[in-house]
Amino acid sequence: MKMTGSEILLESLKKEGVKHLFGYPGGVVLNIFDLLHDEKELQLILTRHEQGAVHAADGYARATGKAGVALVTSGPGATNTVTGIATAAMDSIPLVVITGQVPTMLIGNDAFQEADIVGITRPCTKYNFLVKNVSDLALTIKEAFHIANTGRPGPVLIDLPKDVTTSKAEFHWPDHVKIRSYNPTYEGNKYMITQAAHMIAKAKKPLIIAGGGVISSDAAKELREFAEITGVPVTMTMMGLGGFPGSHKLSLGMLGMHGTYYANKAVQDSDLLIAIGMRFDDRVTGKIDAFAPNAKIIHIDIDPTSIRKNVRVDLPIVGDVKRVLTVMNKVIHDEVKEPWAEVRKAWTKQLDAWKKEHPMDYDRDADVIKPQYVIEKIHELTKGDAIIATEVGQNQMWAAQFYKYDKPRTWLSSGGLGTMGYGLPAAIGAQLAYPNKLVIDIAGDGSIQMNIQELATAVINKLPVKVAILNNRFLGMVRQWQELFFQERYSHTKLDETVPDFVKIAEAYSAVGLRATKKSEVVPVLKEAFAIKRPVFMDFVIDWTEKVYPMVPAGAAIDQMLFREQEVKKPEKKLKAVK
Amino acid sequence: MRHTISVLVENKFGVLSRISGLFSGRGYNIESLSVGETIDPNISTMTIVTSGDDWIVEQINKQLNKLIDVIKVVDMTELDHVEREMVMIKVSPRQEDKAEVLRLAEIFRGRIVDSSPKTYTIEVTGNEKKIEAFVELLRPMGIKEFVRTGKIAIAREGVKKP
Ligand SMILES: Cc1ncc(C[n+]2csc(CCOP(=O)(O)OP(=O)(O)O)c2C)c(N)n1
Ligand SMILES: [Mg+2]
Repeated sequence: MKMTGSEILLESLKKEGVKHLFGYPGGVVLNIFDLLHDEKELQLILTRHEQGAVHAADGYARATGKAGVALVTSGPGATNTVTGIATAAMDSIPLVVITGQVPTMLIGNDAFQEADIVGITRPCTKYNFLVKNVSDLALTIKEAFHIANTGRPGPVLIDLPKDVTTSKAEFHWPDHVKIRSYNPTYEGNKYMITQAAHMIAKAKKPLIIAGGGVISSDAAKELREFAEITGVPVTMTMMGLGGFPGSHKLSLGMLGMHGTYYANKAVQDSDLLIAIGMRFDDRVTGKIDAFAPNAKIIHIDIDPTSIRKNVRVDLPIVGDVKRVLTVMNKVIHDEVKEPWAEVRKAWTKQLDAWKKEHPMDYDRDADVIKPQYVIEKIHELTKGDAIIATEVGQNQMWAAQFYKYDKPRTWLSSGGLGTMGYGLPAAIGAQLAYPNKLVIDIAGDGSIQMNIQELATAVINKLPVKVAILNNRFLGMVRQWQELFFQERYSHTKLDETVPDFVKIAEAYSAVGLRATKKSEVVPVLKEAFAIKRPVFMDFVIDWTEKVYPMVPAGAAIDQMLFREQEVKKPEKKLKAVK
Repeated sequence: MRHTISVLVENKFGVLSRISGLFSGRGYNIESLSVGETIDPNISTMTIVTSGDDWIVEQINKQLNKLIDVIKVVDMTELDHVEREMVMIKVSPRQEDKAEVLRLAEIFRGRIVDSSPKTYTIEVTGNEKKIEAFVELLRPMGIKEFVRTGKIAIAREGVKKP
């Protein structure tokens, strides 16, 4: 039976198992939206901005592991998706973004609402398609999901001209796809894995660095087994949080610019780094020439380009993290006889000493609301069982440092791109996937204003996301750099008088708004919010002077950290904001 | 060091821009690039001349392989191979140099593909060294225009070393 392109699109999405998509209508996608009007199996969530739609699809994907889907119109609708797509690309998140396009006849004519979105997104998608013929549509969709979900995952864009949505073709859904030029390597080389196992057994100061690849390959269980049988401590990149339990005794927490002192020290002192599903981002390595000077490096990653991209690697293993670790664990179990427990005692002692020297801490006795206190209380009250999304800035770093992520896919945060405005729509996406889970966006007063309109999406769809705004009346992270490196010249980072009343904003959107201005109000506000089955904005008026510590200044080695204790106590801090 | 990389790609819309975008986006340089269909019209060969240390060239090879439309990447520099480039040079020699131009063309197995009362256009094919030598000799004669194809390369069908 012949079907229109619009029908083929929706049928294909159903065949792919899609239940939800996020989107925004417009002229060239009218035919598709018309079909969605009576659609029972597919639910489109109307966001209030296309950027929100893509971040929501991204949050959905991070929380579930399945590709998120967004559908938008041509021109401005399509260009509004770019930040969302780039965010997903940097963090290897599977997305299928469908953009309407002007009719094929008009492409290249500067037609009304035409944008060359395939050209614009070429560098920030894993792949993209322009569908010129309706008979290619089903296969294109199959390929798009295949590419997005396999290998190193990533966003794929399908540009769909209006005439393709109305012309007809037979619907053939392919059972499988084979793209001859796309063959990711999944199985790690057994010889290399065996070599690695023996290196690990011999090492005196081994350390695992776990990245986002552990989560995308669903390898948390294998990683835990690997760490436990070898007794090797684990530090995580920001993307790797939740890939190994943060409260495990082998966990050293996050490493890098705002990582723990003991994780960074361990890297610098280690004689063997086992890097798993991570890509040595500059926020992780600090000064690259001074990174891990004493260590041999084993690097496991599905993407060969990640290996030896910016650090030397002594033993590369290209493959899917889960499969490589499964083989590794077996090899270690069957073949490796070295008595490592004895050899490592000194290492464990050293790590404990570093933990004592600079534990993760803050001024717990302060009268004002310290942001870290809010995060710790969120962790306590949720028993670590929430899904946490974040915005970007200090709020994100405190959320990474002071909440312990024990399970994968409970931490949704824009790592590679650092996109302010990511958290609220991402939380909405995750809440849609898990209606009964507590989903919290830990936000800053600046970032939340970048996609604040999505509160409407949460309200109307009865998605009870909670937003904890750490309100410092500043673009805090930038202010922190200005304080430390620009003589407190707060050029254009002070939001003060212009920060809106978030309680009133929440109410204006028919959500609930709560505020805490005193430390004693923090827990009651959290408890109240968590008990409400509606979206809530919590406005925590925090100490604006608080900074994220420890910190590796730009260009320094990662063990050259600044600490809170070193701060010179100024008699009275005067706010010198530049207007 | 200089590398000649041969890339087999799906002959699809946008593939050239994916390859060139990879080079510009990551700051690798392209010294020359030539593209053409293979016997199979669905597949094209791109011959790219680039330079960089081993570290960069390893990345270039891997990044090319990562592109979805790339079927195969061969770094010709690591193989015994034949390289050719074609140039067309328009010279306008003085009367007394005309004979010398023709003699040089002959020595270099060039062909005169066009001539006018004031100019000769000479086509020469060869490897880089030959072409450079030819250009150097012609330079004093007055080169008016100069076009080149960019390199193409093919591996020799060698006897495998035991
Ligand atoms: C879209 C975008 N623009 C600019 C930046 C640069 N930036 C990083 S953190 C930050 C301040 C964020 O302020 P706020 O949301 O209040 O968070 P805080 O650091 O105060 O917790 C800015 C401007 C960014 N990351 N993303
Ligand atoms: Mg702020």
